[in-house]
Amino acid sequence: MSQAPNLKESPSQTAGPYVHIGCTPNFVGISGVYEEDAGRGMLSDETKGERIHIRGRIFDGAGDIVKDGLIEIWQADAEGLYNSPDETRGTADPAFPGWGRQPTDLERGDFVFDTIRPGRVPASDGRMQAPHISLWIVARGINIGLSTRLYLADEAEANAQDPVLASIADPMRRETLLAVREGDGFVFDIRLQGDRETVFFDV
Amino acid sequence: MADSQKELGAAFNKRDRDWHPAADTPAYRSTILRSPKQKLVMLEQSLSETTGPVFGQNAIGALDHDLIQNFAQPGESPIGERIIVHGHILDENGRGVPNALLEVWQANAGGRYRHKNDSYLAPLDPNFGGCGRLLSDENGYYSFRTIKPGPYPWPNGGNDWRPAHIHYSLFGSGFAQRLITQIYFEGDPHIALCPILNSINDPKAIDQLVARLDMEHTVPMDIRAYRLNMILRGRDSTMFENRMEGN
Ligand SMILES: [Fe+2]
Repeated sequence: MSQAPNLKESPSQTAGPYVHIGCTPNFVGISGVYEEDAGRGMLSDETKGERIHIRGRIFDGAGDIVKDGLIEIWQADAEGLYNSPDETRGTADPAFPGWGRQPTDLERGDFVFDTIRPGRVPASDGRMQAPHISLWIVARGINIGLSTRLYLADEAEANAQDPVLASIADPMRRETLLAVREGDGFVFDIRLQGDRETVFFDV
Repeated sequence: MADSQKELGAAFNKRDRDWHPAADTPAYRSTILRSPKQKLVMLEQSLSETTGPVFGQNAIGALDHDLIQNFAQPGESPIGERIIVHGHILDENGRGVPNALLEVWQANAGGRYRHKNDSYLAPLDPNFGGCGRLLSDENGYYSFRTIKPGPYPWPNGGNDWRPAHIHYSLFGSGFAQRLITQIYFEGDPHIALCPILNSINDPKAIDQLVARLDMEHTVPMDIRAYRLNMILRGRDSTMFENRMEGN
């Protein structure tokens, strides 16, 4: 039986429209404080794995593009290992942090991640999950950060076996988590509302 | 050993969504078009949720935690009330969280943000940037110096003013612990009036975001201190106990 925790988590509040000041200050012209914005570059020449370019936009319920958002991603390396002390299955690629953070563009609203195709990671019951990237999204008007996952549409076989995708009853909704190949990369649009609302998770 | 494996990968306690604000709180108008309408899908945590990035001290500059100095011209300092904000970063099980990355951002003493989208009448302060960051110490304690931010008006359809607040972002050891919220200051009459803060239902939850004046850590003739503990999700404690017994 699970014991009740004795403290309560600090309640969430919106990141507001000026999240960049704290999280990506150089991006909004506050230079000379931090050398670089944390999480903006995930790759170096030494990073192992297939480079993938992901871009997308966040849409609100009126179909307007969210231009004050911030997205963080967390993913395994090319071998499916996390660059984290809690990773017990092996040592992740030291040249790949696994964590990235990008603002949506202030004018156009698009976001871009240059990363690698993640390897497969087991679910808690040992079944293998399809390659995926965890996303956490904040913006003005979002009271508590939204958690979702990005899967790659070209991993059809692995996706068909993925227990998290399988837990989404409606196949139409499942599709909201698929990044589709377009040109030189993958496109992953996020819809906060509407008939193609992205699946968000209670993680 | 299977049990220690469990501790490392232990799942986090379920998030109490009634304690947090709901997604859709129409008195805060921006939530109307930005709140998902579908129910969240329950996700069984895997390593993808129980692991998270780790930040090293070498990523943090010597003045990053000092907003009084980190943007100021040499020999100058920002206008406003000098304050220390400090406290303990704990998980829900009451354990200090060491090495937690805390990032803060705020308006200056006049309530103006250094951001191209903020056009409030109050002037920018040439000596104040408004960002800071630090790692909690080995026991989970944090402390930073800043200028007390001013309240500011915001477009929400009426005469809405934010209470003085400092935004903060916190990392624990797992990505499922990610949290962004705000620090408020005790005694601020705007606390009771704010639609953003009152998106939280439980007064006890609101109280958990309000820093208290701390005369014990106030430095005479120099700077006042405010104290606030920050709480992150905890890992399922039954798994820790299993492990200790197993040892
Ligand atoms: Fe604010």
